[in-house]
Amino acid sequence: MATVVDESRTTTSADLGRSWSDARAVTNTLLTVGAWLVALLAAVPLVSVLYMLIVQGGARLGLELLTELPPAGFEHGGGFGNAILGTLVMVGVAALIGIPIGVLGAIYLAEIAPDGRLARTTRFLAKVLTGFPSILAGVFVYAILVLTMGTYSALAGGVALAVLMLPTIVLTAEEAIRMVPRKMKEAAVGMGCTRTQTIWQVMLPTALLAILTGIMLGIARVAGESAPLLFTALFSNYWLSSLAEPTASLSILIYNFSSMPFDNQIELAWAASLVLVLIVLVFNILSRLVGRPKV
Amino acid sequence: MSAAFAVKSTETRSSPPPAAQAARSDLAIDCKIDKLFYGDFLAVRDSHVPIEKGKIVGFIGPSGCGKSTVLRSLNRMNDLIPSFRFEGHVHFMGQDIYARNVDPVVVRRHIGMVFQQPNPFSMSIYDNVAFGLRLNRFKGNLDERVEHALRRAALWDEVKDKLKNNGLSLSGGQQQRLCIARAIATEPTVLLMDEPCSALDPIATRRVEELMLELKKDYTIAIVTHNMQQAQRVADVTAFFSVDISQGGRTGYLVEMGPTEQIFNDPREQLTKQYISGQFS
Repeated sequence: MATVVDESRTTTSADLGRSWSDARAVTNTLLTVGAWLVALLAAVPLVSVLYMLIVQGGARLGLELLTELPPAGFEHGGGFGNAILGTLVMVGVAALIGIPIGVLGAIYLAEIAPDGRLARTTRFLAKVLTGFPSILAGVFVYAILVLTMGTYSALAGGVALAVLMLPTIVLTAEEAIRMVPRKMKEAAVGMGCTRTQTIWQVMLPTALLAILTGIMLGIARVAGESAPLLFTALFSNYWLSSLAEPTASLSILIYNFSSMPFDNQIELAWAASLVLVLIVLVFNILSRLVGRPKV
Repeated sequence: MSAAFAVKSTETRSSPPPAAQAARSDLAIDCKIDKLFYGDFLAVRDSHVPIEKGKIVGFIGPSGCGKSTVLRSLNRMNDLIPSFRFEGHVHFMGQDIYARNVDPVVVRRHIGMVFQQPNPFSMSIYDNVAFGLRLNRFKGNLDERVEHALRRAALWDEVKDKLKNNGLSLSGGQQQRLCIARAIATEPTVLLMDEPCSALDPIATRRVEELMLELKKDYTIAIVTHNMQQAQRVADVTAFFSVDISQGGRTGYLVEMGPTEQIFNDPREQLTKQYISGQFS
């Protein structure tokens, strides 16, 4: 029969080296370099903001900031301890409201009636709420709490932040519960767990880390908010003494002081910005730490 | 076939009074499936599977023949699938477990289950075994019962020094034995095993099989297996299921059931003979 053999199959040597002139290689190099540059570009805003904050705000960083009250017009020194406390308290109030509602809601969405009309509606609304303009949360709470209580308050601020935090927690916790392997649920049911026992003793513990990640992200999202607090907590130059009175927060302090004509206040606004970014950063890092899969 | 199945009168769930059912007291479970649906899909039909006390019953058959579905209907695990529908009865301890007043949670506490994939909870080895006991608010000596269950599962010597370690830190074979210990800690009367060795290597498989033969003294065991040698090694009784595609669907049914010896050496049905001899799978 025909004994013609394809030559390429019999050659014992071929050039396997990289070619730089080949059109394919050129495209590859160009696109790789392009991707590099764009990635770099995306990092520029964050890095430059951080750089500016450290340079401008770092100078005033000190214990005084945490212990002193905001200074008046021509005063020197001062700090914003009350604003840090106010931010933490309001974020705390938001967490106290948002975490139970969010996690219980997520249990309903993921386990109890995942395909029901209520679940589908809630899920849709939660998704809409993630993109909700934060100022509207402030206006909403202004209408239901500030007007009825007759005063701006830390409580109203906390509720406004809870409204913003809720969708993040609901959606991430639902996802976390759904990610629990089916075999875990079957193990629990097979052992004779009721639905409540299955959820609380097996599914939630298994999903706990992922739920915590969602909570941390929710907190990080609201900790830096200013618009909702403008309508709800307003500001105060004094230490917080009750949840039912106007309360200082870092973000409003930055807003107020940055537009003042005094160098001292402007420096404090920079320092407050740095502190606020650090607080948000801490929650972001925490969310990554707890969510990291254990080896 | 189709005619026989069409005219078959389906017993309603509550009609046979328990007294009339007690005819065979040698049965741990008397399962009679007329029709088993997932939504509109008829998954299993016409399968009468009596499970004798103290025996190991092996369910064999080609993929999709419904053998796992039948096993899971014995402790109402299929209830997890919302569209599941069952016609027939499963008599256990003198009651139909599908009767309206029966709580499936209670049924599952009497009929333990071991799954295809080892699925220990992400908690300590001790807590895994104690889990069912705590669910049942067991008041006695927990340590003793945990040790006993682990010994019965032939795992005690390997884990006795690390009971605090997470159950997931064990090897696959150990995890499966841990799941068996977890299932028998509450001393159920029946143990269902859904391909318990399919995720295990041959050595671990052999250990689990030895364990089953050991457990047979105290428990009735129903096991689904893909492995015919395994059925021959452990099962006293074998049930052969097949899948009927004649009516457009893929409906599983029991072809024949009998002593393992007879099923493998002298099957009554041609289909069984073909399957046993490897002519189809």
